[in-house]
Amino acid sequence: MEDNTIIGKDIPRTDGRVKATGEAIYTDDIKLPGMLHGKLLRSPVAHARIVNIDVRKARALPGVKCIITGADTPKIKFGNWRLFPATQDEFPLAVDRVRFIGDEVAAVAAIDRETAREALELIKVEYEELPAVFDVDSATAKGAPVLHENSPSNISIDRKIQYGDIEKGFAESDYMHEDVFTVHAVSHAYLEPCSSVAQADIDGRITLWTSTQTPYIVQCLLAATLGLRENDVRVIKPYVGGGFGGKMELRPWEFCAAFMARKTGRPVKFTLTREEELACGRRRHAMKLHSKVGFKKDGTLVAKDLKILLDGGAYNSMGPTATFLCGNFGAMLYRYPNYRFFGQHVYTNKPPAGAMRGFGAPQSLFAAETQMNIAAKELGIDPIDIRIKNAMVTGDEIPDVATISSCGFIESLEEVAKMCDWKKKRKNLKNGKGLGVGCYSFISGGVFNWFNTQYPFSSAEIRAFADGTVHLLTMASDIGQGSDTALKQILAEELGLKMADIRLTAADTAMTPQADLGTWGSRVTLMAGNAVIDAARKIKEQLFGAVSAKFNLNVIFDMECRDGRVHAAGKPDRGMSFGDAVAFVQKTNRGEPLVARGSYTPRGKGLVSPAFSFGAQVAEVDVDKETGNVKVNKMWTAHDCGTVLNHMAVEGQLEGSIQMGLGYALSEQFVMDNGRTLNTTFLDYKMPHAMDMPPGESACIETYEPEGPMGAKEAGEGLASPTAPAIAEAVFHATGYRCKDLPITPEKILKGLGKLED
Amino acid sequence: MKHHIRFKVNGDQYDLAVDPWRTLNDLLREDLNLTGTKFGCGTGDCGACTVMLDGKTINSCLTLAVEVDRREVTTVEGLAPSGEELHPIQETFIEKGAIQCGFCTPGMEMSGLFLLNGKKTPTESEIRTALSGNLCRCTGYNKIVDAIAETGKKMKK
Repeated sequence: MEDNTIIGKDIPRTDGRVKATGEAIYTDDIKLPGMLHGKLLRSPVAHARIVNIDVRKARALPGVKCIITGADTPKIKFGNWRLFPATQDEFPLAVDRVRFIGDEVAAVAAIDRETAREALELIKVEYEELPAVFDVDSATAKGAPVLHENSPSNISIDRKIQYGDIEKGFAESDYMHEDVFTVHAVSHAYLEPCSSVAQADIDGRITLWTSTQTPYIVQCLLAATLGLRENDVRVIKPYVGGGFGGKMELRPWEFCAAFMARKTGRPVKFTLTREEELACGRRRHAMKLHSKVGFKKDGTLVAKDLKILLDGGAYNSMGPTATFLCGNFGAMLYRYPNYRFFGQHVYTNKPPAGAMRGFGAPQSLFAAETQMNIAAKELGIDPIDIRIKNAMVTGDEIPDVATISSCGFIESLEEVAKMCDWKKKRKNLKNGKGLGVGCYSFISGGVFNWFNTQYPFSSAEIRAFADGTVHLLTMASDIGQGSDTALKQILAEELGLKMADIRLTAADTAMTPQADLGTWGSRVTLMAGNAVIDAARKIKEQLFGAVSAKFNLNVIFDMECRDGRVHAAGKPDRGMSFGDAVAFVQKTNRGEPLVARGSYTPRGKGLVSPAFSFGAQVAEVDVDKETGNVKVNKMWTAHDCGTVLNHMAVEGQLEGSIQMGLGYALSEQFVMDNGRTLNTTFLDYKMPHAMDMPPGESACIETYEPEGPMGAKEAGEGLASPTAPAIAEAVFHATGYRCKDLPITPEKILKGLGKLED
Repeated sequence: MKHHIRFKVNGDQYDLAVDPWRTLNDLLREDLNLTGTKFGCGTGDCGACTVMLDGKTINSCLTLAVEVDRREVTTVEGLAPSGEELHPIQETFIEKGAIQCGFCTPGMEMSGLFLLNGKKTPTESEIRTALSGNLCRCTGYNKIVDAIAETGKKMKK
């Protein structure tokens, strides 16, 4: 696509200026006349029956305007799997029962934050404590305390995938390996704490400004929990300071803000503290993975049997989707002729785990990639060679699940090997240095509709103006990843306009076309991008017709929009400016504005995703065998994200994912004691700083994804997966310690090396 | 009892009566509507609230409002010379892709600028050290480091 003017270029993000100057308005920056400040009272116990709540003293505190408990609410449960109401297991405020430390019990709205905080201390809750469970083994043991009565086994959902013949596969294998892996929970640690402001208008309708990735989902679920109709709720997403999967559900404070705004007639704002975020916020699922793989002597994969227990915490949250996806990711990357997966989502008395960058892939692929590395070692085959031997290629099918419509995996492996001089370096590294590889495949949006949207998955509206500009309206949600810029780029390229010719209104459920499922699963570029193209082509059809008539063009001529003009293809003089063409269409239609709607809904694309990305990453580490400290010296990455729409943005995604991957592999974890989170500050949570970041080199393997907008697919989320297995293999290469239990801490390394006793 | 404080923010003089427990961050965001300065943790770990006090970077979430009496505060809103022009560090952050969600950006710019005010051509390691009080979850820091190095070169010219 050499003659593109905007696609594939380093286009600075269009919201850069307002973010650089501090003008960008995030939710907590919003202040409305008469606004009240809300605070949540959270459960101090992991599992209990609520015997009594006494709010009288708190209510008497001057400045307190409203206090609500579960009893005051309509008591309607919510959850993202609307298609299966039985999975919707969460009340906005606890009704009779709390299930984790931090479960929301009551809410206060007062004239300022200090008063609201003071009022919380005056609410007396009497709890009758119940036995609690904190890990998947205890929760699934016989006689374990039950969290939800409709799931007596504490398993809320399970998922099976099977193809080929697993027993026959193992019987035909020359070599088998069986391991148990445990991976831990980590925080999204977005910099912007969750915040919401609700305002009720004269009809009791709600406008909610909220830090969300999914305005439409919040709109629907908020309406449902308030007992309102969908259109009675308007959700507006201001600038969002990161989400990474942690802001894609209805949250109790969104409900409380709206409910209390209706009750008081005053706007209500809730902003979480960092302590609340770390102690009670959503997180990546901890999991226990039992995996058995079988190979032929020559390294050909024959079979894989994967069983996963997901530690879901107290509620389903996004766990059902994660359970489903883990099984699919377990079957990705390589050709598994025989595959079996059994995933179970387990309730425990801990903060619920939700979606987080990678959505099941970091866990599933940590196990898969580590076993690839183990097999390579034990079969005496180079880790990259064994991957190339089994790698998926374009056209591969996973029965009933997906067809791989573009795949640059082998090229990624070859490129990353070349970049780091893999074979030579791997042979020559000594003295505590090691080199390891990890790979990923990821989805470009999900094709499943458990939310049960009644609208297209993504939509776009384009209004064209005679002054040569257009207005793009879409519910797609930029949370920092840069989708606003990407969608403008796609539109500018399609209509031959400049970025500055496009005005954008996004993520306002009352103003942008219905609907969009939001930002998750790397769906926005592909799905909203396709919706934009669909709308743009409808605009073009009208422009082409008008210009063709005006210039009496031969009907066989192709036409194009380019450099601000609409003309016969390759003949800029046989046509007119974009604005004049719009004016001409408008005149032809006696004043009707030129507007088009476009949409995208994946159909006939299997069960998982319309497109898959691939990549390979190599880490070089230096392990201090005395202290067990791991220093990552360098990372090399080669990844296939289809057509690169914006190199700078893709690179930014890659570097950000390495930061998160490093933290996942080495330093980040929740330190828990009987359901209580002990490290509730960033100081103790230990996510990587600027000084911890290794230098890196990267390459994009450009493929053309037929289902993607201009050939593009996912970039930056799949990359959450390869870093941990690459570092783990590098640590093994350096020391002989094989990590099957993330994170890789100095203690574990020293114990593994026999230098520290249990 | 409220304390009377008199101080400058971005060159503007303010006379205010403040409760002794209120932080500078709270005062800037709630009373002066200078919401460019963010609040990310309240414990001085993330640096999203970084401002300059008499030319030195501080965490506004850990600084009591009464401490700024007779002193000068610079926030991100005070960096650009005019509504149309940007400060070189702002310009460079945009050009170099150092901004994603933007929540850490004002604090990163303040920390970067403080470093460059003392030294226009810092080493990469000096830049990374200067950012040790600022967290970012989106960018992986590299483009921020590049942007600060590049800004130094621009400011030297």
